[in-house]
Amino acid sequence: MNLATINIAAILPTLVLSVVGIVVMVAEPFVGEQKKSNLGWLAFAGTLAAMLSLVPMANNRGQWYSNLWIVDDYDVFLDFIFLLIAAITILTSMDFLRREELNHPEFYSLLLFATAGMLMMAASNELVMVFLGLEILSIATYVMAGFRRADLKSNESALKYFLLGSFSSAFFLYGIALIFGATGSTNLLAIADALRSSKIQISLVSLSAALILIALCFKVAVAPFHVWTPDVYEGAPTPVTGFMSVGPKAAGFAVLFRVFLTAFPSIEDRWGSAIWMVAALTMILGNVIAVVQPNIKRMLAYSSIAHAGYVAVAFAATSDRGVSAALFYLLAYSLMNLGAFAMVTIISRKEDKLVNVTDYAGLGSKRPGLAAVLSLFMLSLAGVPGTAGFAGKFFIFRAALESRLVWLAIIGVVTTVISFYYYLSVIVQMYMREPHDEFSDVRLCGSLKFALVISAAGTLYLGLLPTRVLDWTTTAALR
Amino acid sequence: MIPASWFLILSAVLFLIGVLGFFLKRNIIALLLSVEIMLNAVNLTFVVFSNQHRQISGQIFVFFVLVVAAAEAAVGLALVIAMFRNRESLNVDRSNLLKW
Repeated sequence: MNLATINIAAILPTLVLSVVGIVVMVAEPFVGEQKKSNLGWLAFAGTLAAMLSLVPMANNRGQWYSNLWIVDDYDVFLDFIFLLIAAITILTSMDFLRREELNHPEFYSLLLFATAGMLMMAASNELVMVFLGLEILSIATYVMAGFRRADLKSNESALKYFLLGSFSSAFFLYGIALIFGATGSTNLLAIADALRSSKIQISLVSLSAALILIALCFKVAVAPFHVWTPDVYEGAPTPVTGFMSVGPKAAGFAVLFRVFLTAFPSIEDRWGSAIWMVAALTMILGNVIAVVQPNIKRMLAYSSIAHAGYVAVAFAATSDRGVSAALFYLLAYSLMNLGAFAMVTIISRKEDKLVNVTDYAGLGSKRPGLAAVLSLFMLSLAGVPGTAGFAGKFFIFRAALESRLVWLAIIGVVTTVISFYYYLSVIVQMYMREPHDEFSDVRLCGSLKFALVISAAGTLYLGLLPTRVLDWTTTAALR
Repeated sequence: MIPASWFLILSAVLFLIGVLGFFLKRNIIALLLSVEIMLNAVNLTFVVFSNQHRQISGQIFVFFVLVVAAAEAAVGLALVIAMFRNRESLNVDRSNLLKW
C-alpha cells in the first residue's frame, strides 16, 4: 500500500478553521483587554474564509486519503450549513461574552474546533473518522457548555452533557467494533459490499447497527434518548445553547443519513421500523411537553426535540426526496432557531435573569422592532406559510407521503398544530399583555443586529423562494 | 490456544459492567471510571477482531480510542473540579438545580 496522495483542497475548510482556531488561541495573551473582541471578528473572518474555500473543495469531488475522506454535494451543502451556524453563533456571542464579563477568546477557538469536527463528520467515509469528528465536536462543546465557570447551573449542564455524551460515545464505539468484526472493515462502502454477500452474521450486524443508532439518537436528542436535552440547554450560556440546538444536531443527522443509507441499506427491514417509532415518539413528546414550559430556554429545548422528530420523519422515508427535504429542513431550522436564541440572548439580560415567557410581556409596545423579529422566528418555528419552517415541513411531509408513511405525516401535522400553542403564547405575551418591564436596558450592538438580519433574511428567503435551495438539496441528496 | 469467542465474551461482560456502574454509582469519579471501562472493553474487542481478520487496522483504532479517552478524561476532570469548587460535593444526586 502506498501513501495517500495529499489533496489540500479537499480538506481546505477544515484546515482553515483549525488554523484560525489555533491563531486565536495563541494570539489571546498578546491582545489587550479592550481589544479581545477583535479576536471574535478574526474568528468570524475565519468562518467566512472557510465558506469561500468550499469552492475549491467542491471542485475536488471524490474520495481522498485512502478513501477516508469523501467530497460530494451532500458534504458541501452540510458544510455550508455548519459554517453558517458557526458564523451566526460568533456574532451572537461577542456581545454576550462582553456583557457577562467572560471575555475569553478561547471561546471562539473552541467554537471553531467544534465546527471543524462537524465538517469532519459530514465528510468522513469511515466509521472511525466519524468517531474522531464526533469527539472533536463533543469535547469542544462540553467546555463551551460549562463556560460560565462560577455558575452552578452552567457547571451542572456541562457535567450532564459530558457524562451522557461520553456514555453514548462508548456505545457508538462498541457498534463500530462489532461491525468491524462482522465485515472486517470500517469503510462505509466496504461495509455495504460485505453486507450484500450472504456469509454475514446478521445478528452481529444488527446489534452493531442498533448500538450506532442509539448513540447517534443521543447526539441528535430524539426520544427516548432526549432526557438530557432540557437540563443541558437550560444551564448552558444562551448562545452556546443556540449552537448546541442546531450544530451537533445537524452533524448527527448528517452522519445518520450517511451511515445508514450508505452502509446499511441492505438491512433496512431491521432498522426502518425503529426509525418510524423514534420519529413518532419524538414529535409527540417534544411538542406536548413544550406546552407546559414556563422557561423559554426549556421551551425551545423541547421544541428542538420536536424539530429533530420532523427530520427523523424525513429519515424514515429513506428516499432521495427524504434526504433532500431533511437537508432543506436542517438549513431552515438552523436559521430560525439561531435567530430565536439570539433574541433570547438579548432579552435575558445579565446572568440570564429574565428567561421566562412572561418576561416578554409588552415587548411589542416597548420595542416593536425586536418583537416583530422574534414573532417572525416564532411563526417560522411553528410553520406558518411564507416562512422557512412551513416550506421545510411541507417538503418533509410530502417525502413521507411518497414513501407511504401516512401515519407519520398525520402525527406530524397534528403535533404541528399543538406547537402553535406554545410558539404563539410568546407572541401573545409580547403584544397582548401589559408590560411590567421597561426594556430600557436592552442593548443591541452591531454584531447582534448582523446576526438577526442574517437569520431573519434567511428565514424569509427560504419561506418565500425555496426553489433554488431545494434544487441544491436535491442534487446534494445521496445516491 | 484460547478461542476468540472467550475474549469477546469477556469484553461484552466488561462493557456491561461499565453500563451497570454508570447507572448504579452516584459518585462522579466512579461514573468517569465506568465510561473508561466501557471504552477499554471496546479496545479489547477491536484487538480480538483485528487478530481474527489478520488486519492491523483494528489495533490502530485502539490508539485513536486511547487518545480520545485521554482528551475526554482531561475535560471531564476539569469539569468535575469546577463543579467541586462551587458545590463541594461529588454526588450526582445533589446536582439537581436543573429539572422539570
